[in-house]
Amino acid sequence: MTHESNRLPQGGQIDRRKRISFRFDRTNYTGYKGDTLASALIANGVKLVGRSFKYHRPRGILSAGAEEPNALVELRTGNRREPNLRATQVELYDGLEASSQNNWPSLKYDLLSLNQLAGPLLSAGFYYKTFMWPAKFWEKVYEPLIRRAAGLGRASGLPDPDIYEKATLHCDVLIVGAGAAGLAAALTAGRAGARVILVEQDHVLGGRLTDDLPTQHQSEGHTWLAAAQDELRAMPNVEIMSRTSVFSIYDQNAVVAIEKVADHCIEPAPFSPRQRMWRIYPQQVIVATGSIERPIAFANNDRPGVMLAGAVRTYLRRFGTKTGERIVVFASHDGAALTVEALHAAGVTVVAIVDPRENSSPAMIAAAEQAGASLFRDSAVIAAHGTADGVTAAEITTQGRTLTVQCDLIAMSGGWDPVIHLASFLGQKPKWNPEMQAFAAINLPKGMQVAGAAAGHFSSETAARSGADAASHALQALGMAGSQPAIPGWQGEPVQGSLYFVAPSRSGKSFVDFQNDVTVDDITLAQREGYTSVEHTKRYTTLGMATDQGKTANVVAAGLIAEIRGVPLAQGAVTTFRPPYTAVTIGTVAGRATGKHFRPTRYSPLHAWCVQMGAVFVEAGPWLRAQYYPQRAGESWFDAALREARQVRQSVGLCDVSTFGKIDVQGPDAARFLDFVYANTMSTLPVGKARYGVMLREDGFVLDDGTVSRLGADHFLVTTTTANAGRVMQHLEFCAQIHCPDYDFAMSSVSDQWAQIAIAGPHARDVLRTIVDDFDLSNEAFPFMGCATLSVCSGITARLFRISFSGELAYELAVPADFGCAVIEALAKAGQNYGILPYGTEALTMLRVEKGHPAGGELNGQTTARDLGLGKMMSSKKDFVGRVLAGRPALVDPARPILVGLKPCNADESFNAGSHLLERDAPKVIENDLGYITSTAFSHVFNHTLGLGLLQRGQERIGETIMAYDPVRSKAVLVEVCHPIFYDPENSKVKS
Amino acid sequence: MKYSIFSLLSQAFQGNKGWSTAWRDAQPKDEYDVIIVGGGGHGLATAHYLAKEHGLTNVAVLEKGYIGSGNVGRNTTIIRSNYLLPGNTPFYEWSLKLWEGLEQDINFNAMVSQRGVINLFHSDAQRDAFARRGNAMRLNGVDSELLDREQVRQIAPYLDFDNARFPVKGGLLQPRGGTVRHDAVAWGYARAASQRGVDICQNCEVTGVRIENGKIIGVETTKGFIRAKKVGFAAAGNSSRVAAMAGLRLPIESHVLQAFVSEGVKPLIDTVITFGAGHFYVSQSDKGGLVFGGDIDGYNSYAQRGSMPLVEHLMEEGVAMIPMLSRLRFLRSWGGIMDMSMDGSPIIDKTPIEGLYLNAGWCYGGFKATPASGWCFAHTIARDEPHKLNAAFRLDRFATGHLIDEKGQGATPNLH
Amino acid sequence: MRLNCPYCGTRSVNEFVPLGSASPKRPTLAEPIERWIDYVYFRDNIAGEHDEYFYHAMGCRSWLIVTRNTVTHEIIGTKIAREVAA
Repeated sequence: MTHESNRLPQGGQIDRRKRISFRFDRTNYTGYKGDTLASALIANGVKLVGRSFKYHRPRGILSAGAEEPNALVELRTGNRREPNLRATQVELYDGLEASSQNNWPSLKYDLLSLNQLAGPLLSAGFYYKTFMWPAKFWEKVYEPLIRRAAGLGRASGLPDPDIYEKATLHCDVLIVGAGAAGLAAALTAGRAGARVILVEQDHVLGGRLTDDLPTQHQSEGHTWLAAAQDELRAMPNVEIMSRTSVFSIYDQNAVVAIEKVADHCIEPAPFSPRQRMWRIYPQQVIVATGSIERPIAFANNDRPGVMLAGAVRTYLRRFGTKTGERIVVFASHDGAALTVEALHAAGVTVVAIVDPRENSSPAMIAAAEQAGASLFRDSAVIAAHGTADGVTAAEITTQGRTLTVQCDLIAMSGGWDPVIHLASFLGQKPKWNPEMQAFAAINLPKGMQVAGAAAGHFSSETAARSGADAASHALQALGMAGSQPAIPGWQGEPVQGSLYFVAPSRSGKSFVDFQNDVTVDDITLAQREGYTSVEHTKRYTTLGMATDQGKTANVVAAGLIAEIRGVPLAQGAVTTFRPPYTAVTIGTVAGRATGKHFRPTRYSPLHAWCVQMGAVFVEAGPWLRAQYYPQRAGESWFDAALREARQVRQSVGLCDVSTFGKIDVQGPDAARFLDFVYANTMSTLPVGKARYGVMLREDGFVLDDGTVSRLGADHFLVTTTTANAGRVMQHLEFCAQIHCPDYDFAMSSVSDQWAQIAIAGPHARDVLRTIVDDFDLSNEAFPFMGCATLSVCSGITARLFRISFSGELAYELAVPADFGCAVIEALAKAGQNYGILPYGTEALTMLRVEKGHPAGGELNGQTTARDLGLGKMMSSKKDFVGRVLAGRPALVDPARPILVGLKPCNADESFNAGSHLLERDAPKVIENDLGYITSTAFSHVFNHTLGLGLLQRGQERIGETIMAYDPVRSKAVLVEVCHPIFYDPENSKVKS
Repeated sequence: MKYSIFSLLSQAFQGNKGWSTAWRDAQPKDEYDVIIVGGGGHGLATAHYLAKEHGLTNVAVLEKGYIGSGNVGRNTTIIRSNYLLPGNTPFYEWSLKLWEGLEQDINFNAMVSQRGVINLFHSDAQRDAFARRGNAMRLNGVDSELLDREQVRQIAPYLDFDNARFPVKGGLLQPRGGTVRHDAVAWGYARAASQRGVDICQNCEVTGVRIENGKIIGVETTKGFIRAKKVGFAAAGNSSRVAAMAGLRLPIESHVLQAFVSEGVKPLIDTVITFGAGHFYVSQSDKGGLVFGGDIDGYNSYAQRGSMPLVEHLMEEGVAMIPMLSRLRFLRSWGGIMDMSMDGSPIIDKTPIEGLYLNAGWCYGGFKATPASGWCFAHTIARDEPHKLNAAFRLDRFATGHLIDEKGQGATPNLH
Repeated sequence: MRLNCPYCGTRSVNEFVPLGSASPKRPTLAEPIERWIDYVYFRDNIAGEHDEYFYHAMGCRSWLIVTRNTVTHEIIGTKIAREVAA
C-alpha cells in the first residue's frame, strides 16, 4: 500500500472521514470519497497511467474533466469490464478495480513503444502509401497486425449483466451545466416559478466556480455555492440532476441525457438500473457547459507530468492534492496566474513562469513576484525532458538562448475554448471570435441560449451574470418574469492572453492530438500534401477522431493550420461537431428493448389453448404462431405437420387464424370505397357473401390479398395477410382520407377484437353444427363463400365465413377475443368423435401449396396480379388503385414469369423454395435463368414434394421437365412443370 | 511520386519534406471536353476512368466544398455484390472486381479488406429469400454461401444464440465482401485522375447549366462560366437540386441516413454482419471502432442529421443481435443525405438533353458501387451510350415498368 | 424531431409514418399515362419548405400534411390531410 504522498493536509471538497480502497494495475491504493480515479492516482504519486494509441508513448493525466485524452482505463472485471474510461471522470468507490490498457507486457515496459523508433516512417497517412503489395497480403498479414496493435482497451466480450431505463421529462427551462452560470440561471428561473431542470455531468455542483476564484475569495465562493444549492434544492419547481450528461440535442430542442445512476457504486442495487436515458423536452434551453483549456504544442508535451494549468488548480483546490513539487508554468494566458497564486498559497514551489508574450501582463508579473518564481517573457518551453515516470526538466528558449530548468511538472495553458457542442449539433458552424480568442457558437436554434464560459464569459463573476441574464431572457420568452440573484464582485479570473499554439521546438514530437498521436509534423505534412481543408486534415491525420473527439486538439490544430497557410484564424474552421458530447453506452440507449424484449411479442387470443395443446411456436413477424403440435416427445416438425395435414384432408382439424388482419368497413359509401382499393369489384357482392380480393399498389404490383365479406348492406369485413396487416391499414387510411375524403363511411382495425378459428376437413360441418345456436349449416342454406352473423355455444356472438385456405370443406369462425379459448375448446370437444386435431402453420403451408394459393413467397412485392394467375380479376369498368400503371409494357410483358406448380420427376427427391429454374441441360449461368421457386411443401396426398414457382412462359411449359437449381444448398433436381392447383382442381371439396 | 515502402523510407530520412500534394488543387479552365459535377467518390472515379479507359483528360471535376465531403466520406464502408436482380448483380460484381484491383490501379492503399459479409436470417421464409439471392449470385459467378445456425456460430459466436427474440437460423455469406477505408477512395481516385491531367476544382459550386437548342453548352459556377462539350452529374444526395438546374425532375427523394462509430476496442468482430430481424449492420474498423448503421430516418431531408428515435431503434437492434455491444459506447454519429430512388436502384444514363449525363439515385448503396459507377458512367459519357453493365439503370424504366426493386417495396423511397 | 398533430398534440416523430411529398395529385383515368408516371414516381424533392404526408400511426390514424423545411427541419405548420383533400 502506497501513501497519498501528494495529498495536502487539508482542503478540498473530498470527504476526509471516508477513506476508500481501490486497485490500479493490481496495486492497492487509497483515496477519499469525492475523489475521481485521476485525483486519487495523483494523490498517490502515480504519474504514468496509460500508453498512447499509435506510438505507445507513456502518458499521464492531462486534465481534470471530460476532455482527458490520456488517462484511459479499463474499469471493473469480467462481464462488467468497460474499456476506455477517462480516469478524470471515474468517481472513486470502495473496491474500484481499474487497469491501464493498450500495453504489453506492462504499462511501464510496453513492447510496442518500439513504434516510436519508426516515427518518421509512421507519418500521417503512411498506411495509404504502402502495404499494397502483394495484393493478397492485406487481409492475411498487414491488417491482422494493424488490428491487434490498434484498438485501445478490451471490451468484456460478454453480455451485459446490468439493466438500463429510459424516461421522459418536460420543462420550461433546461439548464445544462451547474457551474456559476448554470446556478445563477437556475436561481433566476426557479425564483420566477418556472419548471426548471438543472443538469450537471459531475457528481457535485459548482463547475469551476471555486477553482477559478483567487484565494482571497475562496470562502466567499463556497458560501455562495452552498447557499445557491440550498435555495435550489428547496424549490419544488426545480429539479437538479447530477451525474447526468446531456449528450445531444435534436430538432425542436429534443434533448437527450444519460444519468449515471450506479456507476459510482461497485455494482447497481438489485433491480435498479446502471444508467438511465432521459428524453427532455424543454421550452427553453440554456447551455452553460463551461470551457476547456487549450494545451500548447511543444516537444514531448505528452510526457507524464505535463498538465493543463487549470487542472493543476482543480486538483489542488477540489481534491486537496499537489500534482508536483517544482512546477514550471508555461502560459500565454493570464488564467495561469491564478494557478501560480493557488500553488504558492498551497506551499508548492513554482520555479519558473514561461510567458511567450513580449510583455507579460501585470497579473502575471504580480503572480511571479508573489510566488518568487522567475518570469521568462517572450519565451517558450520547447521541450519536456524526462522518462516514462515523469518530467524532470523543462527546456526553455529565452532571449535567444536555451536553458534547462529542473522541475517535476509543467503546467501549460494556451487559453480556453468554450464548450459549444450542444449549440452546434443542430447544424450551426461555430465562428472564430477575435474578442473571445476562441470559436464561438452562432445562429443558435430557436429557444436556445449559451451562457457563462461557453459564451466566452470566462470568469466566475461574468459567467454568473450571463447565466442570470440568459434566464431572464428565457423567462421573457415564456411570458414570465423574475429577479436575478445577487452575484458578488469576485473580480474573477483574468482571462486575456495572446494566441499561442505551437512552441518553436527543434526536435522531438510535439503533440496536438494526444490520444491519436497526431503531431505538429503530421498536420504540417497534411498541408504539404494538399489535405488542407480542416476536414481533410482531420481524416488524413485522424486528428480529433479519438475517444475524446479532439476536445483539447481541434482548436490547436485550427490555429496551426492557419499559421502554416498564413491566413487569419477568422478564416479558419474547426471540424463539424458530432453528437454525442461524450461517448454514450449503447445499452443505455437500447434500454429494456433487448433480448426477448427487443420487440413486443403478439399473442393470439387462442395462444393459451395452443399452449395447452402442446404447440411449438414460431415467430411470424411480431406474432408467435403455433407451428406444429407434437403428440409425443421427439416427434419432428415434419412428422407432426404431415399428421396434421392428413387429419384435415381425411377428417377435420382446427387452426388458429386469428393473426390475419381484420378491418371493419361501414357506411353508405363502403362498397364504393372497396371498389376503389381492390382490383376486382366488391360492390356487386350480395349480403351474406364473401369474395376473394386482390389489392394493388398504385404502381400496379400486388400489395396484398384477402377476403371481403358483406355482413350487411353497408357493412363489410376485410381480411389481410398477417404480414401486411399494418401496411394495408395505413394504405386504406391513405386512400380514404386523401383520395376519398368525401365518401361517407368509416373503418377500423378489429384484428385484436376477434379470435378466428379455421375448422377444416370433410367433417367440419358436423363439428361446427354441435356448437352453433339455431343456424342452418346445410350446403344449400350456407354455401361456399357464405358469411353470416350468428351465435354459438348458447349465446356467444360470432361471425361465420365459409372460406377455405386448405381446399377442404372449411369454415372460419370468429368470436370476440375473450371467448376464443372457450369456443375452440367446445369445438375440440365436439370433434373428438372425428379425431379432431389442431394444426399449425407447417400443415397450413402443406395444404395451401397443394391448393396453389399464393402467400408470402408469392406476394413478395415484385409480382403482378397476372403473374399470380389473377389477371382476370382486374376490372376494366372502374378506377382502382394501381389500374393505370399495371398496364405498363414491362408489367404486361408475356415473357414475365408466371405462377406454376412444380413436382419432382423422381418422387424421392425434394427441392427448396429459393431454387432457380433453368432448362434441364442449359449451362448454369444467369442468362438461362427462367424463374425461381416461391414455396415448397411435402404433400401427403401425392407423397412427394410440391412447389409453386414463377416461371417464364410458364403456361406453355406445362408438362416440360426443367431444373430446380439450388447451388447454395448443393441441389439440382429435375422437376415437372404443372398447373399450380394440385389438389382438387375442380374445387368440389370446398363446395361439398 | 509513386507511393511505396521505398518512397516512405526515403522520405522518412528526409523528414517527410519531399512529399508533394496528393492531387493538384486546380483552378478551372475556360473549357473542357467533360465536366463532372460533384467531387465525391463517383465523380472522381468517373474522371479517373475517363482518363484511363477512354483517353479523355481534358476533364474537370467541380466540387462545391472539399472532395469526398459527401457520402464517400460518411458511410459504413461496406463493399459487397450480394444482389438478387439481373440489372444489379453483374454491375455490383464488376464493382467488387474493380475494388480487388483498385489499390494497384491507383497506387493508393484504400485498405480493401475482404473479410466477408454475412446477412443473418431468422425465419424459414427469410432463408428461402436469401437462398434465392444466393443462387442468383452463383448464376452470376458471384461467391455466396448459405450458412446454417452452427456455421454462423463458428464465425460469430458473439451473436445472441440463447435469448434472442428472433433466433438466428443462419446466414448468407459473401466471403469476398468486406470493407474499404472510405476517405482513401476519394483521395486515391483524385490523385490518380489528377496525375493523368484531370483538373480537380474544389470550392467551385455549380450554380446553373447552360443549354442551347437542347444541347449542353457548359455550366455556371461560383468561379465563372465554364464551357463543356459534355457534362455529367454525379451529385448524389443533391441530385434533384442539380438536375433542376437543367430543368429535369427525378424519381428521387433526399433522405438522411445516420451512421455511428464506437470507441476503439481490441478486435471483436471480424466480418461485416447484418441483422435480419431489423436493419442493422456492423463491422470493426482497423483502428478498432465498431462502425454501424441502419435505416434512414424516413422523412425528406437535406440536413446532415437525424433524429433520436432512430438512434434508439438502432441501438436496440444492435444489442438484440450482439449482446456484448451493450457495455460499449458510441462515440460519434453523423448523417448523410441519400438519393433515395423510387425503386431502390440507381440511374446511370443519358438525359433528354444532348451531352448531359446523369449518375444518381444510389439510395444507401452508393459506396460499394463507386468503382463500377465511375467506370460505367465514364463509358456512358465517352461513348454516348450506356455500357451493358449499366443498361438497366435507365431513367425511363419508371415509365416502362422495368423496375429494379430488390425489396419489392414499390414507389415508396423510404422503404428501400 | 417533434410533430404537432392537430388532434393529439406535439408528439415525437417516431409515432408517425412519413410518406414524402403531398404535392402530387392523383390523376383521373382520362389523363394520359405520363401524368400517372409523374404522379407515382417523380418529385420536386424540395430543399426548403416542403408539404409532406405523415400518418399518425401510433395516435389518431390521421394523415397529416406537415409543412417542414427540409434543410433546417423547422416545422411551419400542420394540417389534416382529409380537410385539404376535401
